[in-house]
Amino acid sequence: MNSPHPYAFLALFAAVAVAFPLALLGVARLWARYFSPPKPSATKNDVYECGVAPTGDSWIQFKAHYYLYATLFLIFDVEVLFLLPIAVAFTELPVGALFAVLIFILLLAEGLVWAWHRGHLEWK
Amino acid sequence: MIEFWQNLHPVVQVVLKGLAVIMVIFPIGGACSMAERKVSAWIQGRPGPNRAIVPWISWIPILGPFLQRLGIFHVLADGGKMLFKEDALPGHVNKFYFVLAPIVAMIPALTTVTAVPFGAYLDQTGQIIPIALANVDIGLIAVFAVSSLGVYSLILAGWASNSKYPFLGGVRASAQLISYELSMTLSVIPLFLWVNAPGREATFGFARLVEFQSGSWGGITSPGWGGVWFIFIMPVSAFIFITALFAETNRQPFDMPESEADLVGGFHTEYGAFKWGLFFVAEYAHMVIGSGVFTLMFLGGWNPLPWVPLADLVGWLAQLAPILAHPIAVGLLSIGIFLGKVLALIFFFMWVRWTVPRFRYDQVMEIGWKKLLPLSIANLLAYAIGIALIQQ
Repeated sequence: MNSPHPYAFLALFAAVAVAFPLALLGVARLWARYFSPPKPSATKNDVYECGVAPTGDSWIQFKAHYYLYATLFLIFDVEVLFLLPIAVAFTELPVGALFAVLIFILLLAEGLVWAWHRGHLEWK
Repeated sequence: MIEFWQNLHPVVQVVLKGLAVIMVIFPIGGACSMAERKVSAWIQGRPGPNRAIVPWISWIPILGPFLQRLGIFHVLADGGKMLFKEDALPGHVNKFYFVLAPIVAMIPALTTVTAVPFGAYLDQTGQIIPIALANVDIGLIAVFAVSSLGVYSLILAGWASNSKYPFLGGVRASAQLISYELSMTLSVIPLFLWVNAPGREATFGFARLVEFQSGSWGGITSPGWGGVWFIFIMPVSAFIFITALFAETNRQPFDMPESEADLVGGFHTEYGAFKWGLFFVAEYAHMVIGSGVFTLMFLGGWNPLPWVPLADLVGWLAQLAPILAHPIAVGLLSIGIFLGKVLALIFFFMWVRWTVPRFRYDQVMEIGWKKLLPLSIANLLAYAIGIALIQQ
């Protein structure tokens, strides 16, 4: 049987995954239009702050430390990605390549040690 | 029946299978919300939801009150309420991204199902055929790649709500998700070092993992020590993976997006009705799929017990009644075993929620970066050296 490539199903399912919530929200929207029309009021349109009147702008300051973690994540994530192709070929590698892999993992650990030493992992 | 099924166009087959899977995932999501309330009540020694009942069913003598006390009609009541209540769109939100966020939350939840096999059957030659929507050899990578897209829905929801609590919740949740993703990926690499033996096609698929935990399947004897589960071979990996899974699904004790109720509802504070429902179902679908992946990788997939592969069980059942060795019966049996393990894991999630105290945000970051990450690197190094020594 000339079955399509399995990856085609992945794409097909991504399309289904987009269509399904869209359809659900569409049905809910239609339902709301006929049976529970929105009745906006000043209170409903207000920013929710535990029932008291909102104070100030909703764009507040937040810790820049989150960005530091995001940057660290980017660095480590790319390094981890390089480990994945190694994983599938690992047992066929010669001894020299094994040492290269170990050095690569140690480099990853060294980056972590560096960030730790600099206090970047300290949540202040 | 089988001939009719096999004569269908492959695309039609897959669409039908896909609909069946969605029809299973959605009720499981609803049932989980119910089980969450019932299990929490049970752990805290109170009755829990036990009021809602459909009139006609209350007339049935013993079954009716039993179902009422079980509280299963609260699921229907919850679903009905989501549909009936006013779908308010607050005036201060960024409307396009506000509506987009719950859709983005559902997409990874439904797409990852595709790559996860949920059962197996034996064909005429005794060969194992995993039942999956798309049996791709990038299995785990596809799941990781697509499920990490879920972080965008949190960021979008938090940002588009244009409100303080959702914004803080979204930022916290995304920082937590990316922090634990590293340990999660690192923890599973030893598994693939182990199963990608020389002379076999290289793979990241789940089918090979389960095959190794089944011992010999269809004549292929694997060096997996005859059906031992990976949780026994690699307990540290399993521990890191399940901890990271708790963090990735925003479950207690890692519920930073809401912080119990510090941030009200977290990133979905401003959401209501069906849009909130989509977030909710997506969260439970992530839990179901995460548990499924854990089951496939560490708990032997569809094998009933450690050292007892499915093939042995089918052999014993076939001696009782030959009909039980039929491919459909074996398929249903394997799906049942798999779902049973997944539901047990979901119970474990709820159990932990009501047993382990929550962590503070700085503790969450410390556990992720200073404990799990070094542990997973050390684990990887140890297994890489160990497997290399075994291979020599």
